[in-house]
Amino acid sequence: MVEALNMALHQEMDSDNDVLVLGADVGVDGGVFRVTEGLIEKFGEQRVIDTPLAEGAIVGTAIGMAAYGLKPICETQFSGFSYYAFQQLESHAARLRWRSRGTYHVPMVLRTPYAAGIRALEHHSESRETYWAHTPGLKMVIPSGPRNARALLLSAIRDPDPVVFYEAKSIYRAFSEDVPDEEETMPLGKAQVQREGADLTLISYGAMMRPTLEAAEILAEDDGIQAEVIDLLSISPLDHETVAASVSKTGRAVVVNEAPRSFSAASEVVARLVEKAFWYLEAPIRRVSAPDVMVPLFAYEQAYLPDTKRVLRAARETLEA
Amino acid sequence: MPVATHLHNLQGEDMARKTIDLPYQIEYLSIFDEEGNLDEDLEPDISDDLLLDMHRCMLLSRRFDERMLNMQRQGRIGTFALVQGQEASQVGSVAVLQAEDWMVPSYRETAAIAWRGRQQPVETMVKLLLYNAGFYQGSASEREEHNFPTSVPVSSQILHAVGLAYGSKYREAGEVVMVYFGDGATSEGDFHEAMNFGSVFQTPTIFVCQNNQWAISIPREEQTESKTLAQKALGYGMPGIQVDGNDLLAVYAATQEAIARARKGDGPTMIECVTYRLSLHTTADDPTRYREDEEVERWAEREPLTRIQNYLKQKELLDDKAIEKLEDEIKAQIKDAVEEFENRSEELKDQALTMFEHIYAEIPAYLQEQRDELAIELEGASSE
Ligand SMILES: Cc1ncc(C[n+]2csc(CCOP(=O)(O)OP(=O)(O)O)c2C)c(N)n1
Ligand SMILES: [Mg+2]
Repeated sequence: MVEALNMALHQEMDSDNDVLVLGADVGVDGGVFRVTEGLIEKFGEQRVIDTPLAEGAIVGTAIGMAAYGLKPICETQFSGFSYYAFQQLESHAARLRWRSRGTYHVPMVLRTPYAAGIRALEHHSESRETYWAHTPGLKMVIPSGPRNARALLLSAIRDPDPVVFYEAKSIYRAFSEDVPDEEETMPLGKAQVQREGADLTLISYGAMMRPTLEAAEILAEDDGIQAEVIDLLSISPLDHETVAASVSKTGRAVVVNEAPRSFSAASEVVARLVEKAFWYLEAPIRRVSAPDVMVPLFAYEQAYLPDTKRVLRAARETLEA
Repeated sequence: MPVATHLHNLQGEDMARKTIDLPYQIEYLSIFDEEGNLDEDLEPDISDDLLLDMHRCMLLSRRFDERMLNMQRQGRIGTFALVQGQEASQVGSVAVLQAEDWMVPSYRETAAIAWRGRQQPVETMVKLLLYNAGFYQGSASEREEHNFPTSVPVSSQILHAVGLAYGSKYREAGEVVMVYFGDGATSEGDFHEAMNFGSVFQTPTIFVCQNNQWAISIPREEQTESKTLAQKALGYGMPGIQVDGNDLLAVYAATQEAIARARKGDGPTMIECVTYRLSLHTTADDPTRYREDEEVERWAEREPLTRIQNYLKQKELLDDKAIEKLEDEIKAQIKDAVEEFENRSEELKDQALTMFEHIYAEIPAYLQEQRDELAIELEGASSE
């Protein structure tokens, strides 16, 4: 996925002079995960800006650049360090269009790694997508693999509104996938059916798509159950049409994510299903999420993280209900 | 117009362009250099025992750091930040604190932590190993130790040091608070806000900036256009001093002055220790991508451990034989610590349900429910 994201950045910077990249260590070092590798050599220091260490300044400056007409892509090294920029995102990135009654808008992207599973330090493993999804005016996008990562990043850069773009560290290098050379974009705010089935709907996104898909395979093989699997891709706007259409067909749903369970994207999916597909439900909807605790330091992170078995258990209970 | 008249009166005969007298200048302090030259006028009066203790702590930190790097490469512990090269900056400052004073670290303070825990060196290392192996149990401390836990978000802890010091001042406890941070941290807002609050409230805070020349791949010169980091103190009306951070004596002397001021009620000081991060930023970093070997070699010649050994040899407090003996003692302590760490992590590894502890003073009902659910999941997983 690192290479696919890098490819999107190279291609978009090639074709659009207004696209800039800024953040600490994004230049010479190529980003701490190497997503911005090779950009400074190709596009120079004016377009690939190694900033002093100040996330609030990175995002706040990007807002000004975006309002001026540029298309900045900022990076904070881990989503756990984006909170210094919280105030800029909440108070300005999200609101400038609204406040100026459409005169200014903020076509920026904040790229930032999220999620657990790589034996990292404190603050390096959280899934706090709800913070951004909860803020009107921000879009919140989370790809689940190389191909959709590249397509969604292109769409995010071109989107006229600010996008927070979460990249799951645990799948940065976990698997490969063919990514076509030709340009490919995907609409923001649109979920994707990754596997079709009539018995049960599994809904997930980001790093949790892998255990979810694996659970669907096992259900097919061992239980003769065909699960439909939906990848949300955008947390906000949330595509409840696709989700509700599926659940209206299957009558059963399990939502999988690795954020703390309460008030999470999974909760919102459940709420929308209750509103849109209640009369089709044949069993209570289940959430498979992380508990409402701090992500433990890594000795216990596997115990914390939802996995294939937990998805399977919830799916089977839903089917029996 | 009345407004104009008013302005005119204010300026009066003072109308001129002239330099404003600022209360502080920025000094640079170096006492014992890498060539072995000693400025005897500046030499601080430190007892032989204390000198030897500080040396021992620096040596232990160096060897422990090397051992941890090794263990990380073997997969026995996780990512950690290396202290090599910064031992004098940390030990020279922390050693001036009294036991009841406070120490607020960031994430690279192995040497400062080793000093604070020098009564139980093995236990102190065990805890660092546990922490670096992903066990939060390693992050616990006794409240009366007055050692704050590691803070990873750069510069965020500096504000806490101001608050702690406010508490000390409010209760007239006489405790001072020392906080560590890097050159990169001086670009974050929290640093500036903490400096301002500390100065406005005149808290007994010692701001120790370890300028190790790099913030991951961003060199000091690209972090700020200002000539020194110490001069940032001037903007907040606080004394600031730049010291040779590889010179234990200089760090110690500057800290002594700062602490004396803080104890008298004369407020905070910022100390910039000019030092160098000799090794990796963290074990996840590859410095060859952004810095030249020659630079590292140049700084290696100025490194603090050899420097203090030279001084102690000049004073005839130490010789090669004594160093060798110390090395052996330290090696044995590290070995004990690693063994104890292995035992303890073996015991702890199945205690994942502790993740529900210390979230709140009391676990709420919904969380207890989640704990019970996870217990069943984990039991199911382990019985398969
Ligand atoms: C707020 C925040 N942003 C980014 C990081 C990632 N990070 C960890 S250390 C570091 C460099 C800090 O440099 P400096 O303050 O000079 O301290 P040093 O690491 O050199 O000791 C960065 C960017 C972080 N921990 N916190
Ligand atoms: Mg530094």
